[in-house]
Amino acid sequence: MIEFTLWDIVRNLLLAARWTVVLSLIAFVGGATVGLVLTFMRLSSRRWLQRFTSLYVDLFQGTPLLMQLFLIFFGAAAMGHPISAWWAASIALTLFTSAFLCDIWRGCLEAVAKGQWHAARVLGMNYFQTMRHVILPQALQLSIPPTVGFSVQVIKGTALASIIGFVELTKAGTMLNNATFEPFTIFTLVALFYFALCYPLSCYARHLEKKLYDAGLR
Amino acid sequence: MGPTLDFLTLLPYVSELVKGLTTTVVLTVVTTLTGLGLAVAVAYLRVNGQPWMRWGLGGYVEVTRNTPFIVQLFFIFFGLPGLGIKIDAITAAFIAMTLNLAAYSAEILRAGISATAKGQLEAARALGMSTLQSYRHVVLVPAFARVYPSLISQAIIVMLGSAVVSQISVFDLTYAANFIQSRNFRSFEVYLLITLVYLLLAFGMRRAFMLVGKRVFAYQQGEQR
Amino acid sequence: MTLVCVNNVHKAFGDLQVLKGIDLNVAQGEVVAIIGRSGSGKSTLLRCLNQLEQHDSGEITIAEQQLDAGSMSPKELSENVGMVFQSFNLFPHKTVGDNVCLAPVVVRGEARADVEKVAREVLDKVGLADKYDAYPAQLSGGQQQRVAIARALAMRPKVLLCDEVTSALDPELVGEVLRVLEALAAEGMTLILVTHEMGFARDVADRVVFMHQGRIHEEGEPAELFSNPKTPELKQFISAVL
Ligand SMILES: Nc1ncnc2c1ncn2[C@@H]1O[C@H](COP(=O)(O)OP(=O)(O)OP(=O)(O)O)[C@@H](O)[C@H]1O
Ligand SMILES: [Mg+2]
Repeated sequence: MIEFTLWDIVRNLLLAARWTVVLSLIAFVGGATVGLVLTFMRLSSRRWLQRFTSLYVDLFQGTPLLMQLFLIFFGAAAMGHPISAWWAASIALTLFTSAFLCDIWRGCLEAVAKGQWHAARVLGMNYFQTMRHVILPQALQLSIPPTVGFSVQVIKGTALASIIGFVELTKAGTMLNNATFEPFTIFTLVALFYFALCYPLSCYARHLEKKLYDAGLR
Repeated sequence: MGPTLDFLTLLPYVSELVKGLTTTVVLTVVTTLTGLGLAVAVAYLRVNGQPWMRWGLGGYVEVTRNTPFIVQLFFIFFGLPGLGIKIDAITAAFIAMTLNLAAYSAEILRAGISATAKGQLEAARALGMSTLQSYRHVVLVPAFARVYPSLISQAIIVMLGSAVVSQISVFDLTYAANFIQSRNFRSFEVYLLITLVYLLLAFGMRRAFMLVGKRVFAYQQGEQR
Repeated sequence: MTLVCVNNVHKAFGDLQVLKGIDLNVAQGEVVAIIGRSGSGKSTLLRCLNQLEQHDSGEITIAEQQLDAGSMSPKELSENVGMVFQSFNLFPHKTVGDNVCLAPVVVRGEARADVEKVAREVLDKVGLADKYDAYPAQLSGGQQQRVAIARALAMRPKVLLCDEVTSALDPELVGEVLRVLEALAAEGMTLILVTHEMGFARDVADRVVFMHQGRIHEEGEPAELFSNPKTPELKQFISAVL
């Protein structure tokens, strides 16, 4: 058996943490893109588009992320198109993220006071002008803190990719544990790594939230 | 084997499904109660406790909220025995879920508590109540009512997150799914069905919570006079 | 017999001196109305009397017990002093009956059945016996305030403090609350009330205290004080509010 020093463990975790970060970025960027499309579908006047998006959101918020991951990973294989853990994790996390962001952003749009619509209407603005110049700028400001806050959930969500064999922080932890039998040290370190990634984002989200609050917007 | 769905191959595994469902439901019901109970204590002590206690509980809440549930679970199940604390899988699941729900709910509740009107506390003081008495009789129920929707969502998130306890061999719904698909090789059908069951559980939980809320918070109904 | 004795009491919030040496004695059964401009320190004085604020210096004695930080527990204090607030502060999640019963049961540890009897009595006294099972949200403001009075009475305090108890009410609801207070006064209850209802102060109070800039500027029998104010400040105040 190879001897692992504490530094070896940390170095290996550090290397694996790169993939946690990359996967988080993919999921967040992908999720934001899909989420944006969904948000606009939700705003559309077409009934079926509204129905579709709320069903989409309910489905992803009402089922375990792990099942979403399994369905995509094993589902693709069962359909005869096996995909890598990379792809499965990226797709599942993107869809998961998009549903939550869509829900957050819809809330922000609805939080812009009704009076703003009326005010723009009496100034003669049409729907798109109102959206573009009045509603979106305000909603955007409201949406930043919860969006930053949700990025923490995305990072934590990537840990589940370990279960389908994607080697990121958590998987590296279990592998190192199997090699070193020092579970306490290793899982403490793994937790610390996640904490180091997430805590600054949490604090930043809270800071932004407080700024909005102090500005009287919340 | 083509891309067709075949749910009939699941039939022989009904007993596994029932076992898994039971575990998930029992775990959820128990940890929702213990988690919310603990959350009340944590929220109270984070406001009224000694400074060291506030600090310590703040640390617990932040660590829990900023690390993945699966890592918390592994830490408790694999990590603690490294210190000589042996815990079986279901107990580890129970502890991890309770601590997780409590950390989030304590923060939610704290927001509800801090929205308590100053006058309510003064009225309680003027009637001779101690801080603890005023929390118990005056502050808590309205605070719960204020944040109830968020608490429901959080409890559901923990229930859905509990799928992960299958990874330490707790025979929950997800474990049942893994078990069945390793026998009948119809992974997609199995996971689809189990996903549906989770969806129904989440739906049912929301319904049940709302019913309870309607009864417990009935006092609000006259409000729109 | 002197029930409440306030001796050279000072109170500041930061740099703001709010009470600058208050002397006030209130006898058993006496009804004292405190009047004065906004910010003159009326509420602060009242709140010092039941330790919602801690006075900085001077002495407050209630029923021969000195009131210092921690000298009386909230429980002991509540047996001597009751308080009714401007904003009612009923507990929204408790029925009228439970609002009244709560403190006697949890603070005093009295038997529920006995307390319920008392609760019905005091609610009857304020004319709300039929609202025993209603929730506060189902009552009008005047009714809520009468419940708050009943709730305070159920603790059988020796003195009842009332801070602008009609100020939050619609004009047509003021009368019903004042009538309850008047009946209490007639029964011999010791009352210290901050009020803007000058008519009420004149008719019901035994003594009126005019506060100005943290001091008791003038005090006396209501008829005399209102018809013959001695200081220009009180003159001005009376002409402003009447
Ligand atoms: N908790 C507090 N902290 C700081 N300042 C306070 C506090 N409570 C009262 N004050 C200040 O003390 C002064 C006296 O307040 P107080 O409430 O006693 O006046 P009042 O005579 O009751 O006036 P009103 O008729 O408006 O009720 C005011 O200037 C007020 O702003
Ligand atoms: Mg006042």
